[in-house]
Amino acid sequence: MDSNGSDGSVAAAGGRTALRSTADRAWKIVVVGGFGAGKTTMVGSVSEIRPLTTEEVMTRAGVGIDDRSAVAQKRSTTVAFDFGRITLSEESVLYLFGAPGQQRFWFLWDRLFRGALGAVVLVDPRRLADSWYAIDRLEQHGLPFVVARNNFGDPAHTLDQVREALDLAPGVPLLDCDARDRESSKQVLIGLVRHLTELAVAAAPAVDPAADPTADLENAP
Amino acid sequence: MSRPPRQHRAEEGPDRLYTVTRGRSRAATDAFDVVTLIVAEQAPVPGMQSEHAQILRLCESPTAVVEVAAELRLPISVVKILLGDLLEAGQITARHPRFVPQAALPDLDTLKQVLHGLERL
Repeated sequence: MDSNGSDGSVAAAGGRTALRSTADRAWKIVVVGGFGAGKTTMVGSVSEIRPLTTEEVMTRAGVGIDDRSAVAQKRSTTVAFDFGRITLSEESVLYLFGAPGQQRFWFLWDRLFRGALGAVVLVDPRRLADSWYAIDRLEQHGLPFVVARNNFGDPAHTLDQVREALDLAPGVPLLDCDARDRESSKQVLIGLVRHLTELAVAAAPAVDPAADPTADLENAP
Repeated sequence: MSRPPRQHRAEEGPDRLYTVTRGRSRAATDAFDVVTLIVAEQAPVPGMQSEHAQILRLCESPTAVVEVAAELRLPISVVKILLGDLLEAGQITARHPRFVPQAALPDLDTLKQVLHGLERL
């Protein structure tokens, strides 16, 4: 959770790196995790910009279960969250959001993360229970996700044990990662996109791929 | 090495935020997502509200709503109101994100593009 700044690939003069003028398509992926699980670290290790923090103010009655007041109708809550950015091509850019996974923050989800490609649940192996709620919620929401165990030193359990403790559905990928490491975090994102691809292929009506002439053109180098 | 928390911004008081938005607490339109890319269509003009002018400068190149909020250090909901003003006045345009409909999957072409981009990192 400490320094992410060592990667140095983006020299942000004046503190801000602008997107290309051709950027016109933005996607989002959400990294959800309990406090201290390493969300900000992961976002920072792959982001081309230094992760930024922003916040949303919610004024909503019945925001949460931990709403202890019948009286305070107009309680407003401020939720801060981090994000980073990856330029994918001339036109597309991917935003990564680090979202607090605790129950009381979950209302943020509907407001901010609607339309996301998918999610990464980042798990602190010492505090597996912290991610139960997030996993439940994602399952309910129908947002596909992978689970990444952020390794803090030598893991005390096998991935199978973790899978069991989290009660993960068999199809949900469980990966090991080191959120501080750019390559490792990148592999988690790639793992998520591959998982999404498998799901999409499985869900797609059987069409002849050759029938779509645009499929490969777009990706020509 | 951690960034200074900006938690208290909103606690500077609803007063400041109400001033910025001239009393409005909701955006008139649902026009913006957090990753809608905003592009300025004109330079700031004298006499303009300073936040509006800041946005126009920031968005000389496409800038996502969340980035605008982070740079201005204002909550997203407030920024959306300001953006709504500028959009209505034709001073910005918005490039909308391609949404994945809820409980649906992204299309394969999208996934291929994203995968490609990530692999090149």
